[in-house]
Amino acid sequence: MGSSILSIIYLIGSVTFILGLKMLSKPDTARKGNLVAAAGMSLAILGTIFLYRVNDAPLHNYGWIFTGLVIGGVIGVLSAKKVKMTAMPEMVSMFNGMGGACAALISIVEFDHLIKLIKNLYAPVSDDHLALQLLESSASKGMVIIILLSLIIGAVSCAGSIVAWGKLTGKVKDFSFNGQHFLNMGVLALIVGLSVWLVCIFGISPGTGLIVFYVVFLLALFYGVLFVLPIGGADMPVVISLLNSFTGVAAACGGFLYSNPVMLTGGILVGSAGTILTILMCKAMNRSLKNVLIGSFGGGAAGAAASG
Amino acid sequence: MEYILTFLHQHIDLIYIVILSVFLGIEVISRVPSVLHTPLMSGANAIHGVVIIGAIIVMGKAEADNYPALIIGFLAVILGTINVVGGFVVTDRMLEMFKGKKK
Repeated sequence: MGSSILSIIYLIGSVTFILGLKMLSKPDTARKGNLVAAAGMSLAILGTIFLYRVNDAPLHNYGWIFTGLVIGGVIGVLSAKKVKMTAMPEMVSMFNGMGGACAALISIVEFDHLIKLIKNLYAPVSDDHLALQLLESSASKGMVIIILLSLIIGAVSCAGSIVAWGKLTGKVKDFSFNGQHFLNMGVLALIVGLSVWLVCIFGISPGTGLIVFYVVFLLALFYGVLFVLPIGGADMPVVISLLNSFTGVAAACGGFLYSNPVMLTGGILVGSAGTILTILMCKAMNRSLKNVLIGSFGGGAAGAAASG
Repeated sequence: MEYILTFLHQHIDLIYIVILSVFLGIEVISRVPSVLHTPLMSGANAIHGVVIIGAIIVMGKAEADNYPALIIGFLAVILGTINVVGGFVVTDRMLEMFKGKKK
Protein backbone atom coordinates (compact mmCIF):
# COMPACT_ATOMS: atom_id res chain seq x y z
CA MET A 1 0.00 0.00 0.00
CA GLY A 2 2.64 2.49 1.13
CA SER A 3 4.96 1.77 -1.74
CA SER A 4 2.20 2.07 -4.34
CA ILE A 5 1.27 5.48 -2.90
CA LEU A 6 4.95 6.38 -3.08
CA SER A 7 5.17 5.51 -6.76
CA ILE A 8 2.15 7.75 -7.44
CA ILE A 9 3.88 10.50 -5.47
CA TYR A 10 7.00 10.08 -7.59
CA LEU A 11 4.86 10.24 -10.72
CA ILE A 12 3.28 13.49 -9.51
CA GLY A 13 6.74 14.82 -8.64
CA SER A 14 8.08 14.11 -12.13
CA VAL A 15 5.06 15.76 -13.75
CA THR A 16 5.42 18.88 -11.60
CA PHE A 17 9.09 19.17 -12.58
CA ILE A 18 8.18 19.06 -16.28
CA LEU A 19 5.30 21.52 -15.79
CA GLY A 20 7.48 23.75 -13.61
CA LEU A 21 10.23 23.96 -16.22
CA LYS A 22 7.67 24.60 -18.94
CA MET A 23 6.04 27.42 -16.97
CA LEU A 24 9.43 28.85 -15.98
CA SER A 25 10.22 29.40 -19.64
CA LYS A 26 7.29 31.82 -20.11
CA PRO A 27 7.39 35.26 -18.44
CA ASP A 28 3.82 35.40 -17.11
CA THR A 29 3.72 31.91 -15.60
CA ALA A 30 7.33 31.75 -14.43
CA ARG A 31 6.72 32.47 -10.75
CA LYS A 32 3.87 29.97 -10.52
CA GLY A 33 6.04 27.39 -12.28
CA ASN A 34 8.68 27.72 -9.61
CA LEU A 35 6.06 27.16 -6.90
CA VAL A 36 4.62 24.13 -8.73
CA ALA A 37 8.08 22.53 -8.91
CA ALA A 38 8.71 23.36 -5.24
CA ALA A 39 5.42 21.74 -4.23
CA GLY A 40 6.28 18.60 -6.21
CA MET A 41 9.70 18.49 -4.58
CA SER A 42 8.28 18.79 -1.06
CA LEU A 43 5.80 16.01 -1.78
CA ALA A 44 8.54 13.75 -3.12
CA ILE A 45 10.79 14.41 -0.10
CA LEU A 46 8.03 13.82 2.47
CA GLY A 47 6.87 10.72 0.59
CA THR A 48 10.40 9.31 0.62
CA ILE A 49 10.85 9.94 4.33
CA PHE A 50 7.62 8.26 5.41
CA LEU A 51 6.82 5.70 2.72
CA TYR A 52 10.17 4.46 1.37
CA ARG A 53 10.79 0.80 2.16
CA VAL A 54 14.05 -1.14 2.06
CA ASN A 55 12.81 -4.74 1.74
CA ASP A 56 9.59 -3.98 3.65
CA ALA A 57 11.41 -2.20 6.49
CA PRO A 58 10.81 1.54 6.92
CA LEU A 59 13.74 3.93 7.04
CA HIS A 60 15.30 4.69 10.41
CA ASN A 61 17.52 7.44 11.88
CA TYR A 62 14.62 9.88 11.63
CA GLY A 63 16.27 12.13 14.21
CA TRP A 64 19.32 12.60 12.00
CA ILE A 65 17.25 13.11 8.87
CA PHE A 66 14.99 15.76 10.39
CA THR A 67 17.89 17.57 12.07
CA GLY A 68 19.65 17.67 8.71
CA LEU A 69 16.53 18.92 6.94
CA VAL A 70 15.96 21.66 9.53
CA ILE A 71 19.59 22.84 9.55
CA GLY A 72 19.76 22.81 5.75
CA GLY A 73 16.38 24.50 5.41
CA VAL A 74 17.28 27.31 7.83
CA ILE A 75 20.67 27.93 6.18
CA GLY A 76 19.07 27.79 2.72
CA VAL A 77 16.26 30.24 3.50
CA LEU A 78 18.50 32.67 5.38
CA SER A 79 21.24 32.77 2.73
CA ALA A 80 18.70 33.04 -0.10
CA LYS A 81 16.80 35.87 1.64
CA LYS A 82 19.90 37.79 2.66
CA VAL A 83 21.73 37.75 -0.64
CA LYS A 84 21.77 40.99 -2.62
CA MET A 85 19.95 41.05 -5.96
CA THR A 86 23.23 41.64 -7.80
CA ALA A 87 24.88 38.67 -6.09
CA MET A 88 22.28 36.13 -7.25
CA PRO A 89 24.42 34.27 -9.82
CA GLU A 90 27.13 33.42 -7.31
CA MET A 91 24.49 32.26 -4.86
CA VAL A 92 23.07 29.92 -7.52
CA SER A 93 26.61 28.69 -8.15
CA MET A 94 27.10 27.98 -4.45
CA PHE A 95 23.80 26.06 -4.21
CA ASN A 96 24.75 24.12 -7.32
CA GLY A 97 28.07 23.17 -5.76
CA MET A 98 26.24 21.86 -2.69
CA GLY A 99 24.02 19.69 -4.89
CA GLY A 100 27.12 18.29 -6.58
CA ALA A 101 28.75 17.62 -3.22
CA CYS A 102 25.58 15.85 -2.08
CA ALA A 103 25.72 13.52 -5.11
CA ALA A 104 29.42 12.80 -4.53
CA LEU A 105 28.87 12.06 -0.81
CA ILE A 106 26.02 9.65 -1.64
CA SER A 107 28.26 7.71 -4.00
CA ILE A 108 31.02 7.55 -1.36
CA VAL A 109 28.64 5.91 1.13
CA GLU A 110 27.21 3.56 -1.51
CA PHE A 111 30.66 2.46 -2.67
CA ASP A 112 31.75 1.80 0.88
CA HIS A 113 28.58 -0.25 1.32
CA LEU A 114 29.30 -2.23 -1.85
CA ILE A 115 32.89 -2.98 -0.79
CA LYS A 116 31.66 -4.20 2.59
CA LEU A 117 29.19 -6.50 0.88
CA ILE A 118 31.94 -7.95 -1.29
CA LYS A 119 34.14 -8.52 1.73
CA ASN A 120 31.34 -10.47 3.47
CA LEU A 121 30.18 -12.16 0.31
CA TYR A 122 30.24 -15.57 1.93
CA ALA A 123 28.97 -14.36 5.28
CA PRO A 124 25.17 -14.29 5.79
CA VAL A 125 23.94 -11.76 3.25
CA SER A 126 22.15 -8.74 4.63
CA ASP A 127 18.69 -8.04 3.27
CA ASP A 128 19.50 -5.23 0.92
CA HIS A 129 18.71 -4.57 -2.71
CA LEU A 130 22.41 -4.23 -3.52
CA ALA A 131 23.14 -7.64 -1.98
CA LEU A 132 20.66 -9.30 -4.29
CA GLN A 133 22.24 -7.67 -7.27
CA LEU A 134 25.68 -8.73 -6.07
CA LEU A 135 24.67 -12.34 -6.63
CA GLU A 136 25.07 -11.55 -10.28
CA SER A 137 28.47 -9.95 -10.07
CA SER A 138 28.22 -8.70 -13.63
CA ALA A 139 25.40 -6.39 -12.55
CA SER A 140 27.45 -5.07 -9.65
CA LYS A 141 30.03 -3.81 -12.14
CA GLY A 142 27.26 -1.77 -13.73
CA MET A 143 26.51 -0.40 -10.25
CA VAL A 144 30.15 0.59 -9.80
CA ILE A 145 30.11 2.41 -13.13
CA ILE A 146 27.04 4.38 -12.04
CA ILE A 147 28.55 5.15 -8.62
CA LEU A 148 31.78 6.34 -10.25
CA LEU A 149 29.91 8.53 -12.74
CA SER A 150 27.91 10.13 -9.95
CA LEU A 151 31.10 10.65 -7.88
CA ILE A 152 33.15 12.16 -10.71
CA ILE A 153 30.44 14.42 -12.11
CA GLY A 154 29.33 15.52 -8.64
CA ALA A 155 32.87 16.30 -7.52
CA VAL A 156 33.76 18.22 -10.71
CA SER A 157 30.54 20.20 -10.40
CA CYS A 158 31.11 20.93 -6.71
CA ALA A 159 34.73 22.10 -7.05
CA GLY A 160 33.98 23.99 -10.26
CA SER A 161 31.00 25.79 -8.72
CA ILE A 162 33.02 26.89 -5.72
CA VAL A 163 35.73 28.30 -8.01
CA ALA A 164 33.03 30.02 -10.09
CA TRP A 165 31.57 31.48 -6.89
CA GLY A 166 35.04 32.69 -5.90
CA LYS A 167 35.52 34.32 -9.28
CA LEU A 168 32.20 36.15 -9.20
CA THR A 169 32.83 37.47 -5.69
CA GLY A 170 36.36 38.46 -6.75
CA LYS A 171 38.07 36.10 -4.31
CA VAL A 172 39.69 34.05 -7.09
CA LYS A 173 41.56 35.73 -9.94
CA ASP A 174 41.74 34.43 -13.50
CA PHE A 175 44.69 32.13 -13.66
CA SER A 176 46.18 30.38 -16.65
CA PHE A 177 49.60 29.10 -17.63
CA ASN A 178 51.24 27.48 -20.62
CA GLY A 179 50.23 23.92 -21.24
CA GLN A 180 47.16 24.13 -19.05
CA HIS A 181 45.07 22.35 -21.66
CA PHE A 182 47.51 19.47 -21.63
CA LEU A 183 47.37 19.27 -17.85
CA ASN A 184 43.54 19.30 -17.96
CA MET A 185 43.44 16.59 -20.59
CA GLY A 186 46.04 14.58 -18.66
CA VAL A 187 44.05 14.73 -15.42
CA LEU A 188 40.85 13.80 -17.25
CA ALA A 189 42.58 10.85 -18.96
CA LEU A 190 43.96 9.73 -15.59
CA ILE A 191 40.46 9.86 -14.04
CA VAL A 192 38.98 7.79 -16.88
CA GLY A 193 41.89 5.30 -16.83
CA LEU A 194 41.74 4.78 -13.07
CA SER A 195 37.95 4.37 -13.22
CA VAL A 196 38.18 1.67 -15.88
CA TRP A 197 40.87 -0.09 -13.84
CA LEU A 198 38.72 0.17 -10.72
CA VAL A 199 35.74 -1.42 -12.48
CA CYS A 200 37.98 -4.31 -13.53
CA ILE A 201 39.63 -4.99 -10.16
CA PHE A 202 37.12 -4.02 -7.49
CA GLY A 203 35.61 -7.50 -7.17
CA ILE A 204 39.01 -9.14 -6.82
CA SER A 205 40.78 -6.76 -4.42
CA PRO A 206 38.30 -4.52 -2.59
CA GLY A 207 41.10 -2.94 -0.50
CA THR A 208 42.93 -1.52 -3.52
CA GLY A 209 39.58 -0.60 -5.02
CA LEU A 210 38.75 1.61 -2.06
CA ILE A 211 42.07 3.48 -2.35
CA VAL A 212 41.67 3.96 -6.11
CA PHE A 213 38.13 5.23 -5.47
CA TYR A 214 39.36 8.00 -3.16
CA VAL A 215 42.18 8.89 -5.58
CA VAL A 216 39.58 9.28 -8.34
CA PHE A 217 37.50 11.46 -6.00
CA LEU A 218 40.44 13.80 -5.27
CA LEU A 219 41.44 13.94 -8.94
CA ALA A 220 37.86 14.83 -9.90
CA LEU A 221 37.83 17.69 -7.37
CA PHE A 222 41.17 18.85 -8.79
CA TYR A 223 39.82 18.63 -12.35
CA GLY A 224 36.80 20.74 -11.39
CA VAL A 225 39.14 23.51 -10.20
CA LEU A 226 41.30 23.25 -13.33
CA PHE A 227 38.23 23.27 -15.56
CA VAL A 228 36.86 26.60 -14.32
CA LEU A 229 40.08 28.41 -13.37
CA PRO A 230 41.14 29.67 -16.83
CA ILE A 231 37.65 30.79 -17.92
CA GLY A 232 37.10 34.54 -17.88
CA GLY A 233 34.83 36.15 -15.28
CA ALA A 234 32.42 37.47 -17.92
CA ASP A 235 31.69 33.91 -19.04
CA MET A 236 30.86 32.68 -15.54
CA PRO A 237 27.05 32.54 -15.98
CA VAL A 238 27.52 30.20 -18.94
CA VAL A 239 29.88 28.01 -16.93
CA ILE A 240 27.52 27.94 -13.96
CA SER A 241 24.72 26.84 -16.26
CA LEU A 242 26.93 24.09 -17.64
CA LEU A 243 27.93 22.90 -14.16
CA ASN A 244 24.24 23.02 -13.27
CA SER A 245 23.46 20.53 -16.00
CA PHE A 246 26.41 18.39 -14.80
CA THR A 247 24.87 18.19 -11.34
CA GLY A 248 21.60 17.21 -12.99
CA VAL A 249 23.33 14.24 -14.60
CA ALA A 250 24.92 13.31 -11.25
CA ALA A 251 21.47 13.34 -9.64
CA ALA A 252 20.17 11.14 -12.44
CA CYS A 253 22.97 8.63 -11.72
CA GLY A 254 21.58 8.52 -8.17
CA GLY A 255 18.23 7.72 -9.76
CA PHE A 256 19.81 4.72 -11.49
CA LEU A 257 21.44 3.63 -8.26
CA TYR A 258 18.14 3.46 -6.37
CA SER A 259 15.93 2.80 -9.42
CA ASN A 260 14.18 5.98 -8.36
CA PRO A 261 12.14 7.51 -11.21
CA VAL A 262 11.73 11.00 -9.74
CA MET A 263 15.48 11.44 -9.28
CA LEU A 264 16.02 10.12 -12.77
CA THR A 265 13.51 12.39 -14.52
CA GLY A 266 14.41 15.45 -12.44
CA GLY A 267 18.12 14.95 -13.02
CA ILE A 268 17.96 14.21 -16.73
CA LEU A 269 15.49 17.04 -17.37
CA VAL A 270 17.89 19.49 -15.73
CA GLY A 271 20.80 17.85 -17.57
CA SER A 272 19.29 18.28 -21.03
CA ALA A 273 17.47 21.57 -20.39
CA GLY A 274 20.59 22.96 -18.72
CA THR A 275 22.75 22.05 -21.71
CA ILE A 276 20.35 23.72 -24.13
CA LEU A 277 20.11 26.72 -21.82
CA THR A 278 23.91 26.94 -21.78
CA ILE A 279 23.98 27.01 -25.58
CA LEU A 280 21.20 29.63 -25.67
CA MET A 281 23.12 31.80 -23.19
CA CYS A 282 26.23 31.55 -25.37
CA LYS A 283 24.15 32.57 -28.39
CA ALA A 284 22.75 35.55 -26.49
CA MET A 285 26.35 36.64 -25.88
CA ASN A 286 27.24 36.01 -29.54
CA ARG A 287 29.76 33.34 -28.69
CA SER A 288 29.95 29.61 -29.15
CA LEU A 289 30.23 27.19 -26.24
CA LYS A 290 33.48 25.86 -27.67
CA ASN A 291 34.80 29.39 -27.73
CA VAL A 292 33.94 29.89 -24.06
CA LEU A 293 35.44 26.60 -22.89
CA ILE A 294 38.46 26.00 -25.11
CA GLY A 295 39.27 29.45 -26.40
CA SER A 296 39.65 30.70 -22.85
CA PHE A 297 43.11 32.19 -23.44
CA GLY A 298 42.18 34.12 -26.57
CA GLY A 299 38.71 34.67 -25.14
CA GLY A 300 40.03 36.50 -22.08
CA ALA A 301 40.40 39.75 -23.99
CA ALA A 302 37.08 39.34 -25.82
CA GLY A 303 35.34 38.48 -22.56
CA ALA A 304 36.78 41.57 -20.89
CA ALA A 305 35.64 43.65 -23.85
CA ALA A 306 32.14 42.17 -23.63
CA SER A 307 31.86 42.94 -19.93
CA GLY A 308 33.38 46.39 -20.25
CA MET B 1 31.58 -5.94 -22.22
CA GLU B 2 29.04 -8.48 -21.09
CA TYR B 3 28.29 -6.73 -17.82
CA ILE B 4 27.42 -3.51 -19.63
CA LEU B 5 24.89 -5.38 -21.75
CA THR B 6 23.47 -7.10 -18.67
CA PHE B 7 23.22 -3.79 -16.86
CA LEU B 8 21.49 -2.11 -19.81
CA HIS B 9 19.09 -5.02 -20.10
CA GLN B 10 18.18 -4.91 -16.42
CA HIS B 11 17.54 -1.19 -16.50
CA ILE B 12 16.01 -0.87 -19.94
CA ASP B 13 12.85 0.88 -18.64
CA LEU B 14 14.98 3.52 -16.90
CA ILE B 15 16.99 4.02 -20.08
CA TYR B 16 13.79 4.68 -22.02
CA ILE B 17 12.89 7.32 -19.41
CA VAL B 18 16.34 8.89 -19.79
CA ILE B 19 16.13 9.15 -23.57
CA LEU B 20 12.59 10.54 -23.56
CA SER B 21 13.49 13.02 -20.80
CA VAL B 22 16.46 14.29 -22.79
CA PHE B 23 14.22 15.19 -25.71
CA LEU B 24 11.55 16.58 -23.41
CA GLY B 25 14.07 18.84 -21.66
CA ILE B 26 15.26 20.19 -25.00
CA GLU B 27 11.70 20.80 -26.23
CA VAL B 28 10.53 22.48 -23.04
CA ILE B 29 13.37 24.99 -22.98
CA SER B 30 13.97 25.70 -26.64
CA ARG B 31 11.89 28.90 -26.87
CA VAL B 32 12.78 30.84 -23.75
CA PRO B 33 13.26 34.64 -23.87
CA SER B 34 16.74 35.75 -22.81
CA VAL B 35 15.46 37.72 -19.77
CA LEU B 36 14.42 34.41 -18.27
CA HIS B 37 17.79 32.70 -18.70
CA THR B 38 19.05 33.33 -15.18
CA PRO B 39 15.77 32.51 -13.34
CA LEU B 40 15.46 29.35 -15.42
CA MET B 41 19.01 28.35 -14.55
CA SER B 42 18.21 28.95 -10.91
CA GLY B 43 14.95 26.99 -11.13
CA ALA B 44 16.73 24.08 -12.80
CA ASN B 45 19.34 24.30 -10.06
CA ALA B 46 16.63 23.85 -7.45
CA ILE B 47 15.10 20.92 -9.34
CA HIS B 48 18.35 18.93 -9.50
CA GLY B 49 18.35 19.23 -5.72
CA VAL B 50 16.09 16.16 -6.00
CA VAL B 51 19.36 14.33 -5.23
CA ILE B 52 18.35 14.98 -1.58
CA ILE B 53 16.08 11.94 -1.92
CA GLY B 54 19.18 9.81 -2.42
CA ALA B 55 20.73 11.37 0.67
CA ILE B 56 17.61 10.60 2.72
CA ILE B 57 17.67 6.97 1.56
CA VAL B 58 21.38 6.70 2.45
CA MET B 59 20.70 8.08 5.93
CA GLY B 60 17.58 6.03 6.43
CA LYS B 61 19.17 2.67 5.77
CA ALA B 62 22.51 3.26 7.51
CA GLU B 63 22.98 1.03 10.56
CA ALA B 64 22.87 2.95 13.83
CA ASP B 65 26.52 2.10 14.61
CA ASN B 66 27.93 2.89 11.17
CA TYR B 67 29.24 6.34 12.07
CA PRO B 68 31.11 7.19 8.82
CA ALA B 69 27.96 6.52 6.79
CA LEU B 70 25.82 8.45 9.28
CA ILE B 71 28.11 11.49 9.28
CA ILE B 72 28.56 11.58 5.50
CA GLY B 73 24.86 11.00 4.97
CA PHE B 74 24.00 13.73 7.48
CA LEU B 75 26.27 16.18 5.61
CA ALA B 76 24.68 15.12 2.32
CA VAL B 77 21.17 15.75 3.71
CA ILE B 78 22.18 19.24 4.90
CA LEU B 79 23.87 20.17 1.61
CA GLY B 80 21.00 18.78 -0.45
CA THR B 81 18.41 20.66 1.60
CA ILE B 82 20.32 23.92 1.20
CA ASN B 83 20.34 23.27 -2.55
CA VAL B 84 16.58 22.64 -2.73
CA VAL B 85 15.30 25.26 -0.29
CA GLY B 86 17.82 27.96 -1.21
CA GLY B 87 17.33 27.28 -4.91
CA PHE B 88 13.57 27.71 -4.87
CA VAL B 89 13.68 30.78 -2.60
CA VAL B 90 16.33 32.51 -4.74
CA THR B 91 14.37 31.76 -7.92
CA ASP B 92 11.23 33.20 -6.34
CA ARG B 93 13.07 36.37 -5.36
CA MET B 94 14.49 36.75 -8.88
CA LEU B 95 11.07 36.37 -10.45
CA GLU B 96 9.56 38.78 -7.94
CA MET B 97 12.07 41.40 -9.07
CA PHE B 98 11.30 40.57 -12.66
CA LYS B 99 7.57 41.04 -12.18
CA GLY B 100 8.08 44.36 -10.42
CA LYS B 101 10.16 45.62 -13.32
CA LYS B 102 7.49 44.69 -15.82
CA LYS B 103 4.85 46.73 -14.04
